[in-house]
Amino acid sequence: MTPRFDGRNGRWVGASVPRREDPRLLTGRGRFVDDIQLPGMLHAAFVRSTVAHGTITGIDLSATLAVDGVVAAYTASDLDLGDIVALLDRPPEEFSPTAMPILAREKVRFTGEPVALVVARDPYSAEDGVEAAVVDYEPLRAIVSEESAFAEDAPVVHDEAPGNVLVDVSMFDTPGVDAAFEAARAGGGRVVEVVTKSGRQNALPLETRGVVASWDDRDDQLLVQMCTQVPHQVRTAMARSLRVPERTVRVTVPDMGGGFGQKCVVGREEIAVAAAVRRLNRPVKWIEDRREALTAGFLAREQRYRTLAAFDEDGRITALDVDVVCDMGAYSCYPFTAGIEPLMASAEMPSVYQVPEYRVRARAIASNKAPTAPYRGVSRPQYVMAIERVMERAARELGLDPVEIRRRNVITQFPYTGVNAITYDPGTYRESLELAEAAIRDEGWYEIRDRAAADGRHIGIGYCCFSERTGYGSGAFAKRKMAVVPGFDISEIRMDTTGSVVVTSGTMNHGQSHETTLAQIVADRLGLHLDQVKLRQGDTERIAYGWGTFASRSVTIGGSAVSLAAGKLGELLCRIAAHLLETSPDNVRLDGDGGVVQIDDPERRASFEEIADVAYLRSHLLPKDVEPTLTATASFDVPGDGTFSNATHAVVVEADPGTGQIRILRYACVEDCGVVIHPQVVDGQCRGGIAQGIAGALFEEITYAGNGEPSAASFIDYLVPTATEIPDITVTHLETPCSLTENGAKGAGEGGTIGAPAAVLNAINDALRRTGVELDTTPVHPQTVLAALDAEIHQEVSVPS
Amino acid sequence: MSDRHLIVLNVNGESHEALVEPRKTLLDVLRHDLGLTGTHVGCEHGVCGACTVLVDGEPVRACLMFAVQAETAEIRTVESLGQDGELSDLQRSFSEHHGLQCGFCTPGFLMLAEGFLAQRPDACREEIREAVSANLCRCTGYQTIVDAIEATATRRCHAAKKEATA
Ligand code: FES
Ligand code: FES
Repeated sequence: MTPRFDGRNGRWVGASVPRREDPRLLTGRGRFVDDIQLPGMLHAAFVRSTVAHGTITGIDLSATLAVDGVVAAYTASDLDLGDIVALLDRPPEEFSPTAMPILAREKVRFTGEPVALVVARDPYSAEDGVEAAVVDYEPLRAIVSEESAFAEDAPVVHDEAPGNVLVDVSMFDTPGVDAAFEAARAGGGRVVEVVTKSGRQNALPLETRGVVASWDDRDDQLLVQMCTQVPHQVRTAMARSLRVPERTVRVTVPDMGGGFGQKCVVGREEIAVAAAVRRLNRPVKWIEDRREALTAGFLAREQRYRTLAAFDEDGRITALDVDVVCDMGAYSCYPFTAGIEPLMASAEMPSVYQVPEYRVRARAIASNKAPTAPYRGVSRPQYVMAIERVMERAARELGLDPVEIRRRNVITQFPYTGVNAITYDPGTYRESLELAEAAIRDEGWYEIRDRAAADGRHIGIGYCCFSERTGYGSGAFAKRKMAVVPGFDISEIRMDTTGSVVVTSGTMNHGQSHETTLAQIVADRLGLHLDQVKLRQGDTERIAYGWGTFASRSVTIGGSAVSLAAGKLGELLCRIAAHLLETSPDNVRLDGDGGVVQIDDPERRASFEEIADVAYLRSHLLPKDVEPTLTATASFDVPGDGTFSNATHAVVVEADPGTGQIRILRYACVEDCGVVIHPQVVDGQCRGGIAQGIAGALFEEITYAGNGEPSAASFIDYLVPTATEIPDITVTHLETPCSLTENGAKGAGEGGTIGAPAAVLNAINDALRRTGVELDTTPVHPQTVLAALDAEIHQEVSVPS
Repeated sequence: MSDRHLIVLNVNGESHEALVEPRKTLLDVLRHDLGLTGTHVGCEHGVCGACTVLVDGEPVRACLMFAVQAETAEIRTVESLGQDGELSDLQRSFSEHHGLQCGFCTPGFLMLAEGFLAQRPDACREEIREAVSANLCRCTGYQTIVDAIEATATRRCHAAKKEATA
């Protein structure tokens, strides 16, 4: 077992150095989109649909245009923009391509859908203009649930998607599935069925979406300053929608107040604003307000899994048969498509367990709700919850300890190629499970639980063991048959005459500390002080293409790309130095201290400044075959099936019999993300992720009324946990260096969010074990807990009689 | 619309004039009229606390106050923390404990903590947690924010005791 990682002597990687981004963010000098003011800037606001599903019968903007301060107002027909279309290379029976218009045309598909754009001299007048707009609708029946989507006479959200099915894929169906179920039923084994559901959530970056767009005549270019995790994808989609050459769009990203996936898809509002800029020839700003963010932003998570699992009498899983339905809302997101959730779930559902036989059907359905984006963890919080509930249910039915049943099934030999044709690289699945259990046991929680039970209290212990593919490469996305295949990342490094470097990356920081961690990697690779490394991101002009930040890809893929670029620059420095030192290139090496040293005579050395001086200011001294520049570019793509981080979460909860509230008494996370670049940052990612997972397990949900009206339009109705709901969390690191990435690191961004819902739910069920009730739906509402506890009281009462 | 008032706001020890409609919030005036963009907008309905500033020493939601109501008050924003380019002890503590990730909520938490610690310098961890629960952070899970404020409180208490005994 690898001990707690405390950093390495003399290296930046592994040390919790002060974050480079902190000083400006702590002093109010960060620059977020809404902080940008341009001369002559106008302000946009959107007229949004008040019905969930309907035909637009009339739009009258005359009163809007009469509002003092309103400059212009546009409908879809005024702007004539291309739709956003996300595609899969799959046959029609598996995938129905649909389009998302920039502004709704003819039909609206969710409450809050943008119908018209109002531009005014100030935000207050823009709002007044929106108020004055008159839009008439002929309402249609709203699709608000799986049942209503699949109903015989259901209206369709998109004509192109009959039956409201966007994606319908059946996979694997290995030859022995049915036989395994029969054997389990006939012999001493067990077949368990669990139906798990998760509510619709908002990723909820504290900074809402926003854009400031302006036209620059000199650059012949639209400058789009906005908060997005994927600036290049926005550029591509925007240029297509505006029908202009891509070089005339530049997307830059200032500081970003979180994203968590919500900002990793291309939105429509920013494109509408860009179109207005072209018409008005003035800068325009749009800042999404919280109501828009909650009701009309990209939502996430609403999924249902029916999981049948066969176990033999020893508690070993023999087959898995799963049916998944993901409610994707009104539109398929670009570039991932509505396949993002069901396709990931079906590919990875067996999770950390050795499952010999597997069959899955996964569907994405359209509904009259705000569209969804991949939110931190994507479908993993859901499929992990499904399989972890299955493990607990089977343990109960077979009379096994919940940790023991996992121990018997978890993958222990690596690399492991699963029934799902994915090869898992080495991890610490079993070790993390053992450590998490030991922590809970050693602290006496089992005794506390049992004593509490004797006192009539309800304390429960729950676990979740999972792995997480981090840094999907193009191979993994291509397997999914995406028409747009994300994967690689490019980095360019440039050294100046003082020996400092600027590194670009196509990844996009929004809280993950890239300015610090990627700089640590580069500083080590070149032997520079951290202060001599500056990372730049978020500018489509600085890098040919990039895939941004999502799917925990930044340190695995982006980190490998910066490392490779730095390595190449190092080689160039060595070549020039060898020439200057009049020795052969294989007789020099980087000295780890800002210079190149001669191996057989360490007295002879050329500092980076000396080399740079020659490269730029006295280029006649360069070797003949070296060009006068100190730059290098490299790209990286994770090979094969990518790399898997893993963790076990252990949670102790208490259910309050008076209020039904769940209190978390203890939360332990044991995780393995390979080589830890910055321990404090990894801890932060774990804790922040777990907080979001707890939010999904216990608090946050956007429900819809039968007419498609969303329930939560403000923080009054959308319950975001605060410091009193989120417990302190211990994080223990295991370290299995990854052989597929340059630095041995695996991604750490999403794990917390993935493990928490299942762990919390399992703990709640343990706390309710005497009631006979098992809960499989999140969020767990206090009323549900109360009802379960009441049932127990009635049982107790009824027993003596 | 034509109904505008010329007001004088005392912010971070300087007085500023602004010509504002009565409906304009203190938050918008700070950010857009005075250019003090360190105070952030998270919800505009008084729940998230990203807009927290000190008004006469009290943490206040700047989105819930009209600028015209703040005329006679002393207002402090995040821009007032620290001196001569040096971070304050509280700001340093946030950095040391990794109490911020994206940093969007941070100015609000700093001002909340500044106001709270001024009133309750000897607050214990649970009291600090309770106070911190007034604001939302989506990134950190709060633990390190509580750590940062607790460490500052402890350090300030030690310093005060030392001063008292000296
Ligand atoms: S912006 Fe004022 S409380 Fe959220
Ligand atoms: S650090 Fe991002 S919201 Fe708090």
